[in-house]
Amino acid sequence: MPALAVKSLYKVFGSRTDEAMRRLADGAPRDEALAGLPATAAVIDANFEVRPGEIFVVMGLSGSGKSTLIRMLNGLLRPTQGSVRVDGVELTTLRPAALRKLRREKISMVFQHFALMPHRTVLENAGYALEVAGLPKAERRERAMDALRMVGLADWADKLPHNLSGGMRQRVGLARALAAGTDILLMDEAFSALDPLIRREVQDQLLELQAELGKTIVFITHDLNEAMRLGDRIAVMRDGRIVQIGTAEEILTDPANDYVAQFVADVDRTRILTASSVMEKAQTTLDVNVGPRVAARALRENQTSVVYVTGPRKQFLGTVTEDEVLRALREGRQSLDGYVSTERVRTVTEDTAVADLFADCAESQHPVAVLDAKGRLAGVIPRITLLSALASTTPHEVPALDGPAEVDLVGAKGDPA
Amino acid sequence: MSQHESPLDGWLPRVPLGTWTESAVDWATGTLGPAFDAIAAVVDALVRPLDDLLTGVPAVVVVLVLAGLGWWLRGWKFGLGTAVGLGLVAGMPYWEETMSTLAQVLVASALALVLAIPLGVFIAENRRASAVARPVLDLMQTMPAFVYLIPAIFFFGIGTVPGVLATLVFSMPPGVRLTELGLRQVDKEIVQAAESFGAPPWMVLLRTKLPLALPTIMTGVNQVIMLALSMVVIAGMVGAGGLGDVIMFALSQVEVGSGFEGGIAVVVLAVVLDRLTDSVGERFPSARAQRLARQAA
Repeated sequence: MPALAVKSLYKVFGSRTDEAMRRLADGAPRDEALAGLPATAAVIDANFEVRPGEIFVVMGLSGSGKSTLIRMLNGLLRPTQGSVRVDGVELTTLRPAALRKLRREKISMVFQHFALMPHRTVLENAGYALEVAGLPKAERRERAMDALRMVGLADWADKLPHNLSGGMRQRVGLARALAAGTDILLMDEAFSALDPLIRREVQDQLLELQAELGKTIVFITHDLNEAMRLGDRIAVMRDGRIVQIGTAEEILTDPANDYVAQFVADVDRTRILTASSVMEKAQTTLDVNVGPRVAARALRENQTSVVYVTGPRKQFLGTVTEDEVLRALREGRQSLDGYVSTERVRTVTEDTAVADLFADCAESQHPVAVLDAKGRLAGVIPRITLLSALASTTPHEVPALDGPAEVDLVGAKGDPA
Repeated sequence: MSQHESPLDGWLPRVPLGTWTESAVDWATGTLGPAFDAIAAVVDALVRPLDDLLTGVPAVVVVLVLAGLGWWLRGWKFGLGTAVGLGLVAGMPYWEETMSTLAQVLVASALALVLAIPLGVFIAENRRASAVARPVLDLMQTMPAFVYLIPAIFFFGIGTVPGVLATLVFSMPPGVRLTELGLRQVDKEIVQAAESFGAPPWMVLLRTKLPLALPTIMTGVNQVIMLALSMVVIAGMVGAGGLGDVIMFALSQVEVGSGFEGGIAVVVLAVVLDRLTDSVGERFPSARAQRLARQAA
């Protein structure tokens, strides 16, 4: 069961919402559909599911409806139509008391401008959810301290929020949500108000904590790089509608429409794309027990000069070149065993970022071997493939190629200078 | 009521608003008599003991207590100033009247706040109620102060009680308004944060909204006391006693000297009450925290 399930969710502000809903149902763009009506549609027909333990990022520019969307997930705003299920419980029809209970037990939230209470100490802020839940003071203190320790602010427990920097205040906001002990965390532009360097730091901290705690996180942001960095999956919103949902790679390599394509145009793909998305099939892959005669024929047929050799469990062993196959043939060997070398080819894993492939590609005599989690050969990356993967991202920056073998691969990404 | 010819005679029907008001007041005096008697008894029971206390103890004690309070709340300079100002008043012939006025102001503003703050909370939470309350508050504030005295005499006769009640009505509006304003100005995100953790409305109100609105509400308290002080002098016209009497008498006899003395006593009271209530507001932890937060930002 998904942790959160949203079905045909709408939020229309203003009056004459019935008429607005009727017009929106046809799928016309928001501004056209509502022209002349005293109503604004913030969220139109949102559908998605968030799996337990994933970071689901909702990304969009301001006015795209993402903040309204997240506020319907914990009932701070009532949807105009549609369904929100939290752990299977329909939230939209809950009575106020039941809704409050659900918030206490299942969902907590982190806010853009931290929303700490200025008249309470850091510790009292961190323990707020527990105070609401009616826990005894000693236990409250202990659990709030635990949460502050997690975000590295235990020493600041007795200070007031104004003594803290922005980054620290948001860590208190995070501690407050963590102390609540809920499985679901809503984060509304949580890091947007922070300086870039601090933002990076708290993003790292969130990822660290997430690796440990495995919360279900819905993260709202307008920053694509943040979305790509944090999100297991990303929903792109525009004018109230979700236009695409997918992993960072899916959105980069297969944008649903021009808007998304334009949005992702500026992203540094080499950090998002991984080896598995640019690799191709190895031309000649043979088992180590195959004889040199077969190998020679395979090389001839494929017009290549190197054999990728795998072992009995398909694990990658190394390469054998044309010359060595010929030598084995002359020496009358029955298998390639003894000729396999790991010297001439570099190996990387499937999730290696493209940015980290350049050095390997430059130093590897033959196309780099990409291995899966079990050490099996998933594919190879010839230099030219790496370059063309880059070319599709930054068409103006890749210099013309004469002979691929001579190109300085590390420099190829940017200006030739 | 009015015997004047209306310039619109023959063009528009005469609107006998005055006559209607009179009959409404007549009806109220007849039907609600017992209720008014009860209200009068309560107000009297509050003012009289306080008046007796303030006029009963030696002036030196009152001066020292207020000066000490000023020292504690705002520092030694203000404490000294309070002592000098009140000492001056004590040296003039109207100390007892000043203390009566103080008692009336304190009771009227306390009652006004008891009504105004809950009302302000209510209309801050309820837009429709706010829309209804706003013009009523405008009316209460712009109606010439003297006009309140007329029904007050009808319902409560002559004396301290109608004076205090007219003062109450006149001074209440800023208490309501600033309570509403303060609550509405509380950072929406902070309120949402409280709600998002499942806090029930009363908890959000008492532990989040009110503490954060407190500085503004205290400004309202300060305004209420200042307005009460200005009205309580006017209430001298209905025989409320205190400095109002002094000033009314000086006015009718054209006695510049005693008029000025009464006026100075009012000014001293006003300054002391204003600064004291102001610093009480600043001393709340939430106010201090917010002020520091603003400085840091």
